Amino acid sequence: MLSYAIKRIGLALLIIFVVMLVMYAMVFLVPGDPASLALGPRATPELKHELMVRMGLDQPIYVQVWNFFRNALTGDLGYDVWSKRPVSEMIAEVFPNTLFLGAVAMSIALVAGIGLGCLAVVWQGRTVDRVLAVLSVSMISIPSFVVAIYLLLVFAVWLGWFPAIGAGEAGDWGSQIRAVVLPAAAIAITWVGYLARLVRASMLEVMSANHVRTARAFGLTQAKIVLRYALRVAIVPVVAIVAVGFGSILSSAVFVETVFSRPGIGTLITSAVQKRDFPVVMGCVLFMTAFYLTVVTLADLLMAKLDPRVRDTLRG
Amino acid sequence: MASGRRNVWRALAAEPLGVMGGAIVLTFVVMALFAPWLAPHDPFKIDVMHKFASPSLAHWAGTDQLGRDLLSRIIYGARTALGVAITATGIAGLAGILLGLVAGYGPRWLDSLLILCFDSMTSLPMIMFALAVITVLGPSTATLILVIILVSIPGYARFIRAQTLSLVRSDFILAEQAMNASTARIILLHLLPNVAGQLLVVLSMDVPVVIMLEAGLSYLSLGVKPPTPSWGNILYDGYVSLRQSPGMVIIAGIPLILATLGFTFLGEALRDALDPRLQMRTLT
Repeated sequence: MLSYAIKRIGLALLIIFVVMLVMYAMVFLVPGDPASLALGPRATPELKHELMVRMGLDQPIYVQVWNFFRNALTGDLGYDVWSKRPVSEMIAEVFPNTLFLGAVAMSIALVAGIGLGCLAVVWQGRTVDRVLAVLSVSMISIPSFVVAIYLLLVFAVWLGWFPAIGAGEAGDWGSQIRAVVLPAAAIAITWVGYLARLVRASMLEVMSANHVRTARAFGLTQAKIVLRYALRVAIVPVVAIVAVGFGSILSSAVFVETVFSRPGIGTLITSAVQKRDFPVVMGCVLFMTAFYLTVVTLADLLMAKLDPRVRDTLRG
Repeated sequence: MASGRRNVWRALAAEPLGVMGGAIVLTFVVMALFAPWLAPHDPFKIDVMHKFASPSLAHWAGTDQLGRDLLSRIIYGARTALGVAITATGIAGLAGILLGLVAGYGPRWLDSLLILCFDSMTSLPMIMFALAVITVLGPSTATLILVIILVSIPGYARFIRAQTLSLVRSDFILAEQAMNASTARIILLHLLPNVAGQLLVVLSMDVPVVIMLEAGLSYLSLGVKPPTPSWGNILYDGYVSLRQSPGMVIIAGIPLILATLGFTFLGEALRDALDPRLQMRTLT
């Protein structure tokens, strides 16, 4: 187990290193420098020079690379070109909003997805099952930002049940929960479809197992077998995919946060890209990659602890 | 071969959803190809006197905030969506085949290096990488296509590599090697035809994802630039004027929903008809 853990963590660190290197190389591959990109064509040479010095671009490349890595490791992600605030501070300010949004979306997806998957198995082969199959494919394929806009129009603008913009008042849980419902639902919908399909497929596999056949021989109802005996085994692949799912949920947050003008990593990075504020974009990308890799690695280690067969995958 | 093809058609025709998906896709393809003849108006013609017009006989889907005909813009938007999707998945597919074959059949150190690159790419949240590239190159349709190519290549290359590795030990390749066939001959004549067909199914399943990405980034004003019509920037125009004219945003979302559903239904039916073994890959 220990050697698997070391290998897995080593791989994650190596990937972060490559990502950082690629990100840094990208800046040098393009014509012009980040300072002129951010300031636009009408910047004065003095202004450009000042920004170059502030971003450390006046130093030799190896010093720049070294500084970039050293600073990133100590949590210093540079400064916003416009407001001159530290990028790490800006991320720390909005990230809890995105995390909360992701957690609520994942909870909705888990409850609804597993529920629908179970329903499909209980009524396997009947009309309900077929309708649910079409419904899950549709939920997987419809873009979440389109769903977000429709939800906004119906439940915020027409019915007025939920706020149309923002993340709620700080410290007021009621308003924060009201503000998270619509964006979380929009993000969750894709994963409701995914999980419903996954649970259905893995449960059908379990349904032919010996212990389920025995339960059936004892005359238990289909619903009881599904909930009490099959779900427990069928849920394992769901646990495995939740960590990866969390990463993709955070990606859809970029679009959905913008639709609801909700402060978060998504709105932060989108506005930074529009202003071509390179330090903020780089900081957000690095932070999100590191966060995502941490979640996936932890999930892998947990799975390896629960299921020894997983440990063999990195061998050889 | 001919009877095999007929079987595929029969299997496709037996799937009502696949047929429906096929019909939707065909409609959008016709729209994209014949946009200048099908569009009732010039999609760029501004007519401020008639902005936010409701659907009428003159403007079937109404007009936008500049009085441009919405239906014409949506029809031309199909051209943008399909153009970007086909160009990007096509190039990414070719590059994926090349890199996948090299990784699967080439020397081991090269394989490890490529795998590390692919894994680093796929471990980046896709949209984050896309945004980083757009910041450096600046938003445009060309950047958008490049971004989609870059984020898609690792997945395709990994798929081709896995297929190649499973083929490398098969008897017919070993026989070729025993007969001293050149590497180029083995790759081009024996490996390529066996892996390319399966990738085609994977590519077709990715078209809706690419359409979604194009529209999403154009919606964020980071993709196709106005006034070129894209379903994403049409949706954005509708979103901005949501309170004055909610009809516009409702209509603007419909082509996106229909196109992603149509391509997905068709893709799934194609996959089931051609290669049921791929089912697990797309399921998880």
